[in-house]
Amino acid sequence: MRLLFSALAGTLFGAGLFISGMTDTAKVQGWLDIFGDWDPTLAFVMGGAIIPMFFAWRLTEGRRPVTQAFFPPKPPVEIDRRLAFGSVLFGMGWGLSGLCPGPAVASLGYGGVMHWVFFVAMLVGMGLAPYVRAALFERAMPAE
Amino acid sequence: MQSEWLWGLGGGLLIGLGAAMLLWGNGKIMGASGLLGGLVDGSGRSDWAERAVFLIATFATPLVIYPLFNEVDTHISSNWLVLVVAGLLVGIGTRIANGCTSGHGVCGISRFSLRGIVATLIYIAAGGASVLVFRHMLEVI
Repeated sequence: MRLLFSALAGTLFGAGLFISGMTDTAKVQGWLDIFGDWDPTLAFVMGGAIIPMFFAWRLTEGRRPVTQAFFPPKPPVEIDRRLAFGSVLFGMGWGLSGLCPGPAVASLGYGGVMHWVFFVAMLVGMGLAPYVRAALFERAMPAE
Repeated sequence: MQSEWLWGLGGGLLIGLGAAMLLWGNGKIMGASGLLGGLVDGSGRSDWAERAVFLIATFATPLVIYPLFNEVDTHISSNWLVLVVAGLLVGIGTRIANGCTSGHGVCGISRFSLRGIVATLIYIAAGGASVLVFRHMLEVI
């Protein structure tokens, strides 16, 4: 049952990323190119995705997911250096390539070999992340 | 141009429905970097199968539907060095920040999570600065 929900969610996610144009790096970089030929498409995608999720979150109160006892709890309202530092690195790579993790997976099948170059580098980065985190934030965040 | 905005809105709705499906079905946040990263660093070992099924479906669906569209071009850089550096930054950054566009952006903003909103503002600002520097100043992308 959980696998079925995962498959359905992944199908909707993959279809949505493709149809919306978010697997097209030119559209993503166009959104980030405020000083160039700005492309607002990403705002429509983000807005479109937030609408169903807004209602999905609203309806969670007093209910439970189909296959689990509880919904994910709201994370602590804590803006730490990790969140800021990680988001800066991510944003730089996102701008440089026009790819974030979802579209990087969704474009692998048809986008050609350069998508695999990015994907493998991203996996290596994900593998290195715990060590980078430990080296930079060990003292500040010992319990991670 | 405006039809592209409508495709964006329609595709965005599908992304949001996918996130709602994972939330209501499995009680999970649909964050691409978290689902994938957990498989890479071993933190997602306990539910690896559902992560893998989700990612395979994300990978396979565009592969199946792209022939229905003409002139599919992802406009990816042909510079492998740019892509390697960008991939490393995205991989390390999303895991340190605990989320990317889907987790912090779609799932976080929609529940008014301050962390999600702040992360999104930061990575969009950093992305804008990145395009400004690498496209308009250094002209490498």
